[in-house]
Amino acid sequence: MTTATALQNTLTAAREAGRAALIGYLPAGFPDVESSIRVIEAMVEGGCDVIEVGLPYSDPMMDGPTIQRAADRALAAGTTTDDVFRVVEATAATGAAAVVMSYWNPIERYGVERFAAALAKAGGAGVITPDLIPEESEEWTAASRASGLDRVFLVAPSSTDRRLALTTQACSGFVYAASLMGVTGTRAQVSDTAAVLVRRTREVTRDSGLPVCVGLGISTGAQAAEVASYADGVIVGAGFCQRVLDAPDLETGLVAVRSFAQELAEGVRSGRA
Amino acid sequence: MSHDQPLPDPHGHYGRFGGRFAPEALIAALDEVESEWDKAKQDPQFQAELADLLRDYTGRPSALSEARNFSGHCGGARVLLKREDLNHTGSHKINNVLGQALLTRRMGKTRVIAETGAGQHGVATATACALLGLDCVIYMGEEDTQRQALNVARMRMLGAEVVPVTIGSRTLKDAINEAFRDWVANVDHTHYLFGTVAGPHPFPKLVRDLHFVVGEEARAQVLDRVGRLPDAVAACVGGGSNAMAIFAAFIPDEDVALYGFEAGGEGAQTTRTAASITAGSPGVFHGARTFVLQDEYGQTLPSHSISAGLDYPAVGPEHAHLADTGRATYEPVTDAEAMEAFRLLCRTEGIIPAIESAHALAGARRLGERLGPEAVILVNLSGRGDKDVDTAAAYFGLVDPEGQA
Repeated sequence: MTTATALQNTLTAAREAGRAALIGYLPAGFPDVESSIRVIEAMVEGGCDVIEVGLPYSDPMMDGPTIQRAADRALAAGTTTDDVFRVVEATAATGAAAVVMSYWNPIERYGVERFAAALAKAGGAGVITPDLIPEESEEWTAASRASGLDRVFLVAPSSTDRRLALTTQACSGFVYAASLMGVTGTRAQVSDTAAVLVRRTREVTRDSGLPVCVGLGISTGAQAAEVASYADGVIVGAGFCQRVLDAPDLETGLVAVRSFAQELAEGVRSGRA
Repeated sequence: MSHDQPLPDPHGHYGRFGGRFAPEALIAALDEVESEWDKAKQDPQFQAELADLLRDYTGRPSALSEARNFSGHCGGARVLLKREDLNHTGSHKINNVLGQALLTRRMGKTRVIAETGAGQHGVATATACALLGLDCVIYMGEEDTQRQALNVARMRMLGAEVVPVTIGSRTLKDAINEAFRDWVANVDHTHYLFGTVAGPHPFPKLVRDLHFVVGEEARAQVLDRVGRLPDAVAACVGGGSNAMAIFAAFIPDEDVALYGFEAGGEGAQTTRTAASITAGSPGVFHGARTFVLQDEYGQTLPSHSISAGLDYPAVGPEHAHLADTGRATYEPVTDAEAMEAFRLLCRTEGIIPAIESAHALAGARRLGERLGPEAVILVNLSGRGDKDVDTAAAYFGLVDPEGQA
């Protein structure tokens, strides 16, 4: 019997409180390593339950312009994989659950087992892998199991029922449901495809009870409330990055980030009222 | 058709390379492309339509020219040029594009997107879309739109929308990233007409299959002309489509040596190179496991080649596998070696090759010196050099810096 990860405990606590969890994303090292830790602390102070620490990558195929710019800034600041572990450690110290979001190549390059061990040592709970599908994940599954990390794969509106079953069986912690067909970034409305996908996903997770968290295009408290009415977690990324990009200095950015997290946290608490 | 190779395996792996490292949102579309292509390969009507286009529109079979004068610069070896430069639109790219455009229509999709570096694949794609009445959007790095302004005009003339990509390094790899981002948002009515033997499965296989005709023709032409198979086959390698085009039919012929000549840039040991097999390491890039130019953290390194079409920091996964098994040999050719071969072919044979193809010609010179006058070397002359005249004129100082004679 494996012990529950910090991620699993956090999502269970939110479920028991009758609400969705708030999951915030920020690339490690954006705008630089020390500042990214401060932004994450503000996200947690504002009400984020889980932080996705992004590993900035040169070719982020699934990201829109806002997160691309944030990742570029992080790379230009010299952020490395080891810095990501430092940010994870600082994130875990806030009390929020810390997971890493990374494209596959940096993990493979670091060494899959070595990466898993270093992340677990830093207090990370798992990894979200947007370009790794279960069919290619044999090595990752073994390494993450050995280090006690959660594996979060994605499902999308285009996933067949067969793939929803396959992918959710390979997940632990939660499954990341992409709300729409597209890349990260803010949208005026939550896509209709999100609720449909969550319903379809729940049909194959009835036995496991695997939490279903929704990301892509959520950037207001009202949108967070809408998604929280049917999902176990609400994932927000570009909205946080945008506030840091727009701020004239870090302190102003921290205020905006904290207040944005509060707005979202109120949203996830009002979703099922 | 007997185009099936034993590889890839059902999940798109070539040994330890290839596969599908793509977002879940695209898996259904990749599956659709794979299954439709499997059906189209068996569909006589589809194959007849493609064969008609290749013959009457592209001008296949392409000629095999013996380079008798250039041979003197290749240790006296017999050098046979597979003239893909004579195809409509000026390179081998049209073979793949016509097949995938027909496949787009077969899938009921109305819009095509593609990436381009130098513009050859973009021009070919815009051409096929004009012919078949498909909407066409071409992603091109902003830096390349400036280097290849004439090709931008050609694509627009053919009715395509050209989108300059202004993020990342603003070159081919970023154009591919942006095309994938478009695809994931528009996949219900859009086909991503991928231009080389890279990317997630099934693209490496699909593109190889559609170019198989090149090596198949050349093999028969060499047998007919020389009475035996060549000793060596030479091609340039960026992503590797023209090399797979000419290699594929020869892979079972174990006595035929296969040589891929990578863009060494200023030297494969320098940071100004695009020789991903020689100077790179195994990694995952643009959807497949292959050789990648990357740093110790797996961040992609910028590539360099004088040839925009070879300026790519990775290579198709089947090439990675052929290098791994030793079935093919990959060597770097520097910018300077390629430009010398470019000049020599112009002067000795009256053929202006693409700078891409000039890398294969430089490789043939090296092979000829090694193998001697008894050897027969088949070279894929993958494209014509009209598009490169500006670059060559500047390189050789044929015009003053303002472009005036």
